[in-house]
Amino acid sequence: MIGTMNLTLKIWRQPHAEAQGGMREYQVSGISEDMSFLEMLDILNEQLQEQGEEPVAFDHDCREGICGSCSLMINGQAHGPEVTTSCQLHMRSFKDGDTITIEPWRSEAFPVVKDLVVNRSAFDRIIQSGGYISANTGSAPEANSVPAPREKAMRAFNVATCIGCGACVAACPNGSASLFLGAKITHLGELPQGQPERYERIVDMVAQHDAEGFGGCTNIGECAAACPKGIPLDVISQLNKDLRTAIKAGR
Amino acid sequence: MAGSTLHDGLTPLNAAPTQTSDDAHGYYTLGEKIVDPVAPTGPIAQRWTTRKFENRLVNPANRRKLNIIIVGTGLAGAAAAATLGEGGYNVKSFCYQDSPRRAHSIAAQGGINAAKNYKEDGDSVFRLFYDTVKGGDYRSRESNVYRLAEVSTNIIDQCVAQGVPFARDYGGLLDNRSFGGVQVSRTFYARGQTGQQLLIGAYQAMERQVAAGTVTQYTRHEMLELIVKDGKARGIIARDLVTGEIETHLADAVVLASGGYGNVFYLSTNAMGSNVTAAWRAHRKGAYMANPCFTQIHPTCIPVSGEHQSKLTLMSESLRNDGRIWVPKRAEDCEKDPRDIPEEDRDYYLERIYPSFGNLVPRDIASRQAKNVCDEGRGVGPMVGDFRRGVYLDFSDAIKRLGEPAIREKYDNLFDMYQRITGENPYEVPMRIYPAVHYVMGGLWVDYHLQSNIPGLFVTGEANFSDHGANRLGASALMQGLADGYFVLPNTIREYLADGPFAPVSEDDGAVVEAREAVRSRVERFLSINGTRSPDSFHKELGHIMWEYCGMERTEPGLRKAIDMIRELKREFWNDLKVLGTADSLNQSLEKAGRVADFIELGELMCVDALNRRESCGGHFRGESQTEDGEALRHDDEFAYVAAWEWGGDEGQPVLHKEDLVYTAIEMKQRSYK
Ligand SMILES: Cc1cc2nc3c(=O)[nH]c(=O)nc-3n(C[C@H](O)[C@H](O)[C@H](O)COP(=O)(O)OP(=O)(O)OC[C@H]3O[C@@H](n4cnc5c(N)ncnc54)[C@H](O)[C@@H]3O)c2cc1C
Ligand code: SF4
Ligand code: FES
Repeated sequence: MIGTMNLTLKIWRQPHAEAQGGMREYQVSGISEDMSFLEMLDILNEQLQEQGEEPVAFDHDCREGICGSCSLMINGQAHGPEVTTSCQLHMRSFKDGDTITIEPWRSEAFPVVKDLVVNRSAFDRIIQSGGYISANTGSAPEANSVPAPREKAMRAFNVATCIGCGACVAACPNGSASLFLGAKITHLGELPQGQPERYERIVDMVAQHDAEGFGGCTNIGECAAACPKGIPLDVISQLNKDLRTAIKAGR
Repeated sequence: MAGSTLHDGLTPLNAAPTQTSDDAHGYYTLGEKIVDPVAPTGPIAQRWTTRKFENRLVNPANRRKLNIIIVGTGLAGAAAAATLGEGGYNVKSFCYQDSPRRAHSIAAQGGINAAKNYKEDGDSVFRLFYDTVKGGDYRSRESNVYRLAEVSTNIIDQCVAQGVPFARDYGGLLDNRSFGGVQVSRTFYARGQTGQQLLIGAYQAMERQVAAGTVTQYTRHEMLELIVKDGKARGIIARDLVTGEIETHLADAVVLASGGYGNVFYLSTNAMGSNVTAAWRAHRKGAYMANPCFTQIHPTCIPVSGEHQSKLTLMSESLRNDGRIWVPKRAEDCEKDPRDIPEEDRDYYLERIYPSFGNLVPRDIASRQAKNVCDEGRGVGPMVGDFRRGVYLDFSDAIKRLGEPAIREKYDNLFDMYQRITGENPYEVPMRIYPAVHYVMGGLWVDYHLQSNIPGLFVTGEANFSDHGANRLGASALMQGLADGYFVLPNTIREYLADGPFAPVSEDDGAVVEAREAVRSRVERFLSINGTRSPDSFHKELGHIMWEYCGMERTEPGLRKAIDMIRELKREFWNDLKVLGTADSLNQSLEKAGRVADFIELGELMCVDALNRRESCGGHFRGESQTEDGEALRHDDEFAYVAAWEWGGDEGQPVLHKEDLVYTAIEMKQRSYK
């Protein structure tokens, strides 16, 4: 272990959804650069527990960058300074003496539940509105009966890696979820199986997106810069293109 | 087919065992033997088809009146919720995360097996069945495994139809790769994110049913008690993790798809929230826990870097297809830069010991050999205690042979993850890996219908014990989860539900009130002990005990010592726990306390089970039972049974029920991968 760090943390504390929140300052010491950011918070929490102060609540589960639970605004950046999730950010990205501010996602559509935990159920409702291919269990044809061109299948896969974390929304000045939405539209739209519902899907999903209170996209691109999975901005162009086609066809 | 013979399905190939050794004497009582009451008979290839036909149907008009609770939204739970919802049943789905899509199935990397034989390399349903039974070291039920192999092909069809973007070849057809422990290419994959893509498919299918009104989802809810009324499972008590409200949910049947309990070891590749609580609460209500000691320790994980470590990260074993595993021949070389160690000074020990399988030996073998070379002082990486705990997984040959871009296309996300965690670039320096707890073959006992011994309680996915015996082959948990959820449970639960809807149960019923009060008083107790230690500190201590004495190698004195230590830890837990905060809000320490309390009880049972099983099989290696060259030695004469444990009460001893394993289609053999 090469050298350890002492850090000042400024963390958003809010006891519950209706309560007034505010920033609190804490000190942690002996942080090694091999620790993950969340392990650093574990140390803070053990320390708070010892002092009789309630630990800081934050969402996390896999700690491998794949479940999409973790969701921290670190020094004003969604998931912090690297292109990765909060849980895969390691302390070697910081240095001794740093002050780090940690806040929840800020978005009207993601209300705070407690401390750093927000409610992202709006994403589930967007999927419910059409983010699927209707294929009842048992009705599927032989898997290789419909080939899917490799290039398209690869693009579908690349955008299907979205983990539904919401960093794109948190990073967007308009609070738009267009990157998340575009990723799903593109995933399903690139595959032969996704064609029958392609245009109906987009109209319904966009309507739900707007109804949830997410903002409109003005092509700023902060979302793609914050996305830990590197979902490219062109999914939003795809979204707009498909939406125009759908509207022209009078869906 | 090497060594296997097809029989008429009637004559057992092995005799019923009788146990003569009893290391666990004094820790348990022996109960009656059990059998699977719905075990099918007849030629193995026809059993499932026949059973699907025999099981009664539920009239579509009646399905709406039948309520099914499904705890868990991983592959096993989400697939079942989607399918039963499509069938018209009224489903309530529960998960502790904020969205069903975050269940831990999302983290599976390598792939999913299916006997499609697209590569024409001699694969078949029978071969997948054979490999799975053999890989599980003949400790699984053959009828169940055959069914799993049989429906595997339907899974791929279903997933492709849903839009799961599996890897494809240049002609646009599905690609396959080979995966640890088998010699055919039958694994379907989506780069290193197969679990994610399969789960998103199942999640989307389930969300479609939420929109259709057949499935209601309860996120950030934790099941804390099972309701058993007149001997039948009739509902659950769940806590809303945001408001703290203790809710009663009643139903005609309850399905537990709550995943595995590998986190009993504290450090594992499981998600932080993975737990045994749902299963353990059911166990305490009478459901048998089967083979709890059967744990899979995965050979390729990133080694521990220090005390602060909160979890371990898997490096998919698909890496073993292209990476070569080695350590220095001499302990003196272990501190050197691996690139400076010449070829003749390296020991590619798996290739040396197992020339025909080499780096692709099954997980249990690869893990134990890694431990052995490190115990010999030939491990690499930082010192952890007295030893270096790591071996090299080296890609330099593959990079030379195939070029870096080809390796990048296959594994870039894994290599990136490795670099992010360790700060080292695996394209240049060999990866360091070490075994870690990954999966549990043990779980709640179920019959061929996936029903536990409590009528109306079904268990699917990793939470049950059924298909993997003493060791699971790579890429077969995803297969089992989806097989259970999409194809098996929907066809077996209807036989039970055909007698429903059952008489309504009132919220004031004695059984319901008792369950609700038990939850309430437990929550209050956690908050009022007011000792000094955090739930996490107890969890860590339990994990140390389990890893040391119930990990890769188990011995009689070690297990006895562990049981004493766990009992002491349990006393301390209930006297010195400190949980801050309140019961009526989001309180992650309170959640953790409940999970740790259950892990402690489970840990003791795992040690008792391991103590009882004086044989080495699959992932369970008993020091007392090995061959002269240190390979696992099974004792089919004594232990060819499922150990199904009944809860004996807080003050009592667990009761062991044995279910004999009888093979009619495959002959039991000692495994050999040499
Ligand atoms: C890192 C990793 C990689 C893997 N890679 C592979 C692979 O390549 N191939 C393969 O075949 N297998 C792999 N496995 C194994 C496989 O992923 C799992 O065995 C499988 O996904 C388990 O699925 P499940 O549906 O049974 O449970 P899970 O996906 O674990 O889901 C459990 C669900 O239960 C819920 N739950 C649990 N307790 C409660 C409670 N008390 N109340 C309410 N809800 C509860 C959770 O919220 C969750 O929704 C891997 C496992 C890991 C950890
Ligand atoms: S698009 Fe990227 S940032 Fe947005 S939810 Fe998906 S993974 Fe997260
Ligand atoms: S905790 Fe799962 S992505 Fe960070």
